[in-house]
Amino acid sequence: MAKFGRKGKGGMPAISTASLPDIVFMLLFFFMVTTVMRTADLKVKNQVPRATELKKLEKKSLVSYIYVGQPKKKFRKMMGTEPRIQLNDAFQKISDIEQFIISEREARDENEVPFMTTSLKVDVDVKMGIVTEIKQALREANALKINYSAKQKVE
Amino acid sequence: MARRELPEVSAGSMADIAFMLLIFFLVATTMDVDSGLARMLPPKLEDVPEDTPPIKERDVLIVQINSMNNIAIEGEPADISQLKDKAKEFIANEQKLDNLPQWEAKEIIVKDKAGNVVVNLGMIEVRKGVISLQNDNGTSYETYIAVQNELVKAYNELREDMSQRKFHKSYNDLDKNQQKAIRKIIPQKISEAEPRNIGK
Repeated sequence: MAKFGRKGKGGMPAISTASLPDIVFMLLFFFMVTTVMRTADLKVKNQVPRATELKKLEKKSLVSYIYVGQPKKKFRKMMGTEPRIQLNDAFQKISDIEQFIISEREARDENEVPFMTTSLKVDVDVKMGIVTEIKQALREANALKINYSAKQKVE
Repeated sequence: MARRELPEVSAGSMADIAFMLLIFFLVATTMDVDSGLARMLPPKLEDVPEDTPPIKERDVLIVQINSMNNIAIEGEPADISQLKDKAKEFIANEQKLDNLPQWEAKEIIVKDKAGNVVVNLGMIEVRKGVISLQNDNGTSYETYIAVQNELVKAYNELREDMSQRKFHKSYNDLDKNQQKAIRKIIPQKISEAEPRNIGK
């Protein structure tokens, strides 16, 4: 037992920090790989409904997002309280969707276009009227693959 | 000219630089996975081939949601909790009832890219049922998603059953081709009517 006791003599040796950069780099690479840059600032209230039969959205680079909901408080003076559509960073009208889809398409590689998905992030309090109009606009733009964004329901 | 030795670059600040980058990525990262109900919209009207045969009434299950978020199945008021079972009964038509969808024997074969047959389940009677979902402009999105969810659940449970019967495995454990075969036996057919206002 005394054998072990001897080691501690003369105080603790300083822990080498030489491997610190390596560890930090490892973490850095992990985050660089897993990162998805934070998308547009939300200007609308957006609480997606809950559901159970969810599918994960694959290939995030091929997903374009359409946000629908009541404008947040600071925009109410300008935009009112009716549900609005947000594409990228700004409030838009239904008629802008087609142009939005076209520009999203142009930003992608040609052979990836068929796999593009439109994710509809619609607030729970929105009525179907506006959603139906968006769906018609998407049909018009021939963006048929859609995904109703929802969160896992806890049962 | 005497060549001077280059002084060694100090690596001491490497950790600081790496830390800075690390913190940037930590802040910019969003970790949440996006998920949702996947759906295909029908193509534009003029793209539909004109010679599509009309669908018989027995092959269609009409689900309506009005502006008060009440649900009706084939015109009868119903609760959302009944929807899944009704839909399953309709899609499967186990007893081959006359008022439920027709069936058609189809050969279920899945080929790989080279054209080799990978899965062959022989002749199977495939039901022709279509679920038609109609909603009002005043229907809340929450109810709409809840209904969609129940319908997808009905299909998923039937596929699970079929997969247990044919492969004695869970649908999720099947390989891609087997899943494709199951999807051929139970195709997901949810049609959404052109928008209109139905009963207030």
